[in-house]
Amino acid sequence: MAQQMVSIFLAAILTENYILNQFLGICPFLGVSKKLNTAFGMSCAVTFVMVLATAVTWPIYTYVLYPNNLAYLQTIVFILIIAALVQFVETVLKKYMPPLYNALGIYLPLITTNCAVLGVTMLVLEKGESDPTFGYLQSLVNTFGAGIGFMVAMVIFAGVRERLELCDIPKSLRGLPITLVSASLVAVSFLGFQGIVDNLVK
Amino acid sequence: MNEILFPIILVAGIGLIAGLGLAIASIVMAVPKDEKAEKIEELLPGANCGACGYSGCSGYAQALAKGEAKPGLCSPGGAQAAAAIGELLGVSASVEAKTALVHCLGSYDHTTDKMEYEGIPSCAAAAQLAGGITSCRFGCMGLGDCMRACHYDAIKICNGMASIDPSKCRGCSMCVKACPKGLISFVPLKAQAVVRCSNCDKGAATNKVCNIGCIGCGKCVKVCECGAVKVENFHATVDPEKCTACGKCVEACPRHCITMFTGTQPQIQ
Repeated sequence: MAQQMVSIFLAAILTENYILNQFLGICPFLGVSKKLNTAFGMSCAVTFVMVLATAVTWPIYTYVLYPNNLAYLQTIVFILIIAALVQFVETVLKKYMPPLYNALGIYLPLITTNCAVLGVTMLVLEKGESDPTFGYLQSLVNTFGAGIGFMVAMVIFAGVRERLELCDIPKSLRGLPITLVSASLVAVSFLGFQGIVDNLVK
Repeated sequence: MNEILFPIILVAGIGLIAGLGLAIASIVMAVPKDEKAEKIEELLPGANCGACGYSGCSGYAQALAKGEAKPGLCSPGGAQAAAAIGELLGVSASVEAKTALVHCLGSYDHTTDKMEYEGIPSCAAAAQLAGGITSCRFGCMGLGDCMRACHYDAIKICNGMASIDPSKCRGCSMCVKACPKGLISFVPLKAQAVVRCSNCDKGAATNKVCNIGCIGCGKCVKVCECGAVKVENFHATVDPEKCTACGKCVEACPRHCITMFTGTQPQIQ
């Protein structure tokens, strides 16, 4: 059980990294990774919303949609729930935790329609269908790992971009082009983790 | 029929519950807006420079509205903004006029570069290269990071060093943050003697790299009658509060790195 959890958690960070291996959530990856502290703040918010979203959508899918043969409504229902949830969290934070709201506030609306959040809630359900031992707890661990993986990718890339600031880049490559090139190189480096998790936890 | 109706009702139901929940939440947990803070923010210049020590104009306005901050901390707004805010809050406010000053006189007339630099034209980049490109490791490199940071066009690079026009300086401290050598700091806008050197090396070492650098000889300390000058780390400093602008240290300085600052003329050498 514990071994399975560790394996799921590590796999979500390294081999199934949502940004660098599954290419979900590229928008914040390119948009908010200019500075280390904003990248960290954004990833904290994404991790928080991912876990919360899975905690709510998993029971709804398993106990409401799936038994009624409504699995095809998954996407639209999940979007609805995640959007409402994020709005609700924002209201609660604003009222009761102003410092946290000031730290996460600008990122929360950005996350509402983030594909990494929607993707993780749907992909854990897909895993649960092919593997009966993959239940609610496993889904939450996987989601948390996905959030941490998002953070790892963001922080690494923010470091790369801070270095890029001081480089003499050819004029035609300045701005987004060099960012995309370096993003692809970071993604390639993460391919090196393939197969490492299965052999690590045995 | 059920196959169509049930999904419609389900999705509409979820939407309705979520919508109602949000509506109720926004009423129950509404945060009252601070009208006072909004009014104060309108009076501030909106430069978000952080010279007041808060996270920006809105942060300062909120602190003012709560009574946690003093009016008059806003340098770009100056006396005008301080007076307007003081009136709104019902307190008297005064602001001390100050200007940023480059504590170095190392133009090409007095010192040289130790290398021919062809890298990125930025002080931050050049400072990472063997402690900077000038032969004096404390001195102004004249690549203009402060000039680019200045919103008010007060800084010019002239003969390899930066100089700040006090009449244009609004005291926002953007240049202070931009200088990798930490050469820029604030002085009150009044007549006073200022030491235009930041070299903390021993006299002989300073003498090798710059013919105008402070060698810490202490002559200025001896002639000062009001105890405003002291020498620490082979480097003189003048306390502007004690300085009476008598000009004796300026005359006594064998290196001519103490100058009289009148607060009006541009500091271009």
